[in-house]
Amino acid sequence: MSALLPPDGASAVPAEEVAREKPLLRCRTVSKRFSNGTLALKEVDLDVGQRQFVSLLGPSGCGKSTLLKLISGLGEPSAGEIEWPTSAYDAMGHARPDLSFVFQEPTLLPWASALRNVALPLKIAGLSKPERLARAAEALAAVGLGGFEAAYPRELSGGMKMRVSIARAMVTRPRILLMDEPFAALDEITRARLNNDLLELWRSERFTVIFVTHSVYESVFLSQRIVVMAPRPGRIHADIAVDEPYPRHSTYRTSAVYATHCSTVSAALEDAMDRRRAA
Amino acid sequence: MSTPGAELGAGVSLRGAPKASPPPPTKRSPAAEELAQAMDIDHARPLVAPVADEDIPVADHERRIAGLRASTWPRLLAPLVLGLAFLGLWTLVVRVRQIPVYILPEPWVIAQTLVKDWSSLSGSLWITLSISMAALTAAVVVGMLLAVLFTQSKWLERSLFPYAIVMQVTPVVAIAPLIIIWADNVMLSLLICAWLVAFFPILSNTTLGLNSADHHLVNLFQLYRASRWQTLWNLRLPAAMPYFLGGLRISGGLSLIGAVVAEFVAGTGGAESGLAYRILEAGYQLQIPRMFAALTLVSLCGVAIFAGLSLISHLSLRHWHDSAMRREN
Repeated sequence: MSALLPPDGASAVPAEEVAREKPLLRCRTVSKRFSNGTLALKEVDLDVGQRQFVSLLGPSGCGKSTLLKLISGLGEPSAGEIEWPTSAYDAMGHARPDLSFVFQEPTLLPWASALRNVALPLKIAGLSKPERLARAAEALAAVGLGGFEAAYPRELSGGMKMRVSIARAMVTRPRILLMDEPFAALDEITRARLNNDLLELWRSERFTVIFVTHSVYESVFLSQRIVVMAPRPGRIHADIAVDEPYPRHSTYRTSAVYATHCSTVSAALEDAMDRRRAA
Repeated sequence: MSTPGAELGAGVSLRGAPKASPPPPTKRSPAAEELAQAMDIDHARPLVAPVADEDIPVADHERRIAGLRASTWPRLLAPLVLGLAFLGLWTLVVRVRQIPVYILPEPWVIAQTLVKDWSSLSGSLWITLSISMAALTAAVVVGMLLAVLFTQSKWLERSLFPYAIVMQVTPVVAIAPLIIIWADNVMLSLLICAWLVAFFPILSNTTLGLNSADHHLVNLFQLYRASRWQTLWNLRLPAAMPYFLGGLRISGGLSLIGAVVAEFVAGTGGAESGLAYRILEAGYQLQIPRMFAALTLVSLCGVAIFAGLSLISHLSLRHWHDSAMRREN
């Protein structure tokens, strides 16, 4: 895997390359009103470039999870469009690229082994059994769970279950990975490890990540770009670039630039809350 | 993610217990050192002798006595002792009060009758058992099919479910005569009665189970554009298993009750009759020990059905469902 990595110090995707390409995802004045009348999202405009790592950051109720659901196609926007400029329409009339979703909970089938859980998307896609099991074993090994193929979810720790969940998301080799506060329920140490490993996966496989979180520190550590959202109605408040090179090691967490980014993002987040109060 | 088993140590260890490391050297302040010397305490020597890993005993309930887990024995012995005490008391009361055999026979007399009349009783046992099992099988097939149909179409559920309830709440004794008139074959009418009683728990439990799949998982299947059939087969049916098996255990007992009750109503005689008819017959002839023998067989039959279904339930859920897990704290 390490052979695929760009040389140390270089960003996985240079900013200018992202700017030249068509965006992978384009949200145009997307609004969402729930059936109970709540306006969850108001006129959200968002472009996400290919192979970008973007975090959606905001307090609860700012519509970040709702936006992720709309992007995934699990819900329809009430107004506005979600477009995939680089994807052609397939036979079924879908324009969405291959996409995977990691939920806050590991969301595994409790009756199936880790291997069969990871193989599930391939089973749905109709791959033959030997092929899907081989690819699932590969994906499990890639998240550091080689040797745990036969384990059932209840035999695994919280962090290991989340790794299985990530392996299941990666097994289809998606172009875009949507993550909805995936590590929020984990302890600090496990969370830091999974953050490191997620970045390594992202750098080697070169997919796009939209990562929903409510942690300033996590978003600054992981992403190239942080979209700060404000609540009621949910809207984009700030779009902050974090132009720090990858790989980001643990030393990055203690560096001065990291602290600066954190305080910038925190200020933006507080501002988003204040404006609501003033309104 | 190239660090194999990164945080595995923090989680459940599947690869055996970690080896104990030697205790770290203790460092004490000069004051503590002085005090220790004054009190003649040697801190280098631990107060309690160190225990090797192998010497840590397994929990009491993990020990085995005569091949069975120590915790299994009381579970087996307690009902057995109670049962024997009950039979002893029964015998005692019958003997002391000199109760005649046509009112209440001793357990031993019942056992003797059971052996003596085995040839005729076993035939009836077989008939009752096969009617119950056939009714249960039909209940499983129809209950499951209807439950699956209900989850595929809300309209079908809305229109059919009330009638399923009507069928359930109507006492089988009340409709058995009708069914016996309509069906030209006694066996068939008994089967229909037993099926009527048995199928509802399977239908209602399976319907509940099919609708209880984790909604995040339902979303996941939708995301991967799974067909209805794929979602049903890979998600809804396995998720419904614990519910279905719970219903199956109830229906197993009910199918036996249905078969016996219907036969009481039908009251058919002849060679092809089940245990209910043997009980009626023995009652008419005042062969009370034979009546008790047939009754014993009905009970044993019910216990056997329950035990068999419990075993099936345990075997299919043991890997994942909390109900089939052994707890170790």
